Amino acid sequence: MIEAEGLTKKFGGVTAVQGLTLNVEKGEVFGFLGPNGAGKTTTVRMLCCLISKTSGEATIGGLRIGRSEDQLKIRQMVGVLPENVGLYEDLTAYRNLDFYGQLYRCTKQQIRERAERLLRMLGLWERRDDLVGTFSKGMKQKVAIARSLIHDPPVLFLDEPTANLDPESAKTVRDFIFELKKEKRTIFLNTHNLDEAQRVCDRIGILKTSLIAVGSPEQLRASLWGRKTVLHLSAVNEAILSAVRGVGVRNIETVSETKLVVDVTDPEKENPSIVRAVVGAGGEVRFVTELRPTLEDIYLRLLKSGGKQP
Amino acid sequence: MRLSQAWIVTMKDFGIFRRKRYILYSLIAGPLALSVLLPASILFSTSPGEIPAATLSSILGGEFTIFIMLAGLLPSVIGAYSFIGEKVEKSLEPLLATPTTDSELLLGKSLAAFLPSIAATYVGAVLFMAIVDASTSGQVGHLIFPNLNALLILFPAAPLACVMNVEFSIIISSRVNDIRAAQQLGTMVILPLVAIFILAQTNAFAIDPFHLLIISGILLLADVALFYVSRTTFEREEILTKWK
Repeated sequence: MIEAEGLTKKFGGVTAVQGLTLNVEKGEVFGFLGPNGAGKTTTVRMLCCLISKTSGEATIGGLRIGRSEDQLKIRQMVGVLPENVGLYEDLTAYRNLDFYGQLYRCTKQQIRERAERLLRMLGLWERRDDLVGTFSKGMKQKVAIARSLIHDPPVLFLDEPTANLDPESAKTVRDFIFELKKEKRTIFLNTHNLDEAQRVCDRIGILKTSLIAVGSPEQLRASLWGRKTVLHLSAVNEAILSAVRGVGVRNIETVSETKLVVDVTDPEKENPSIVRAVVGAGGEVRFVTELRPTLEDIYLRLLKSGGKQP
Repeated sequence: MRLSQAWIVTMKDFGIFRRKRYILYSLIAGPLALSVLLPASILFSTSPGEIPAATLSSILGGEFTIFIMLAGLLPSVIGAYSFIGEKVEKSLEPLLATPTTDSELLLGKSLAAFLPSIAATYVGAVLFMAIVDASTSGQVGHLIFPNLNALLILFPAAPLACVMNVEFSIIISSRVNDIRAAQQLGTMVILPLVAIFILAQTNAFAIDPFHLLIISGILLLADVALFYVSRTTFEREEILTKWK
């Protein structure tokens, strides 16, 4: 649904996005992670035809972003939630949606039906005739999400949808994203919230001007961190270490006098032989766990290494 | 260009203006004050017959040029809200993300500033003419207004002055984030029009069709020049990346 090949944006001498190549499938939730100034918003603006690209190619639903005759069609098929909600505070929630619905060439009936459905889902239908200026930050964010969906777009770009929201509002928004996922919409999610990315996204791209890594949270863990087994023993000694090395373990990290961390490729297959080796060497195994890095560990490691695999 | 798309933007702005008391007061109070106070200052400060009929017609005809100034002033009040209001509320990005062209957005927002301004000017001018005619027809022996000068003031000159300030508001909006500051800057554009009014009052030149056509021609040239600058300023990428 979204394809980019070598997409680059320069502002004068400053490169905001360099050689971005990615492919987002229809119905996929793709998370875009990166520090401030990494080029996430610039990428979304290029893909939504809000700003021009310097070089490279990108298509949304087969329409090319650089081709002038495709630009209005692309903007018609995408919904955008920018970082700043940008609602008209002197208009009611319904009038805000009505205005955008009209700009997207929806019929009055479509606007009425969709506005009702979206505002009900987000718990704001009863407040539809109130001025947006009287709303809390979370309520405004929900209205902005409804606005991005008023024309029923197949592709949605969400820029920090839960930023600065209280936990309850953030959960409502996240649940809403899950609902959209069920509807098979393609969602491009810019976020700083690693926990959110892990929970919501099918795949994640980490951007720091150029794309450092891309994959599902599990793939990123496996390829960038590997899998590790932690053995909690009554005591670690040299005999146990040699026995573990003897079953072909690549790397052993002695964490403490009672804990061993070993690199494994396939824990389901390797763990039994490791445990047998430990017991055979006179060790006493209390319990075995898997060490799972968080997305934050992976993210920070990647940014620190500048994209080189640690 | 789809006019319907532009009109959606205009109607949205009208909905916002209706809730801005400052705009409503400006649109009502300004024209009302000018149309009542200006003729009153002449007609009620002198005794009937004190000023010869021809002189009275000339003085009131000169005063009528203030409606060029008014048409050039009102868009600075509305235009600032129309353009800078979007910046303040950070609503430009979602607006630009819609399938609407830059020209449609620019036209829609320009109409939102132009139409109420010119309508208020015309209402004020009609009121002015009615008050003057009602007060002077017995003394002068005929109706002073409407006349050719008034038509030239109301039709080419006033709308051209109005357009000039709308375009100026767009240019200012790219550099200013404060509505009041933009309004103050917007009033600068009418300084040449103030000069015309003062010169007309002091009889430095006659308010006749020839001079009014020259004024309109100059306004037209200014409009064309400002159109190109404002068109360049109101460009999607420019707005998102350079408007401060």
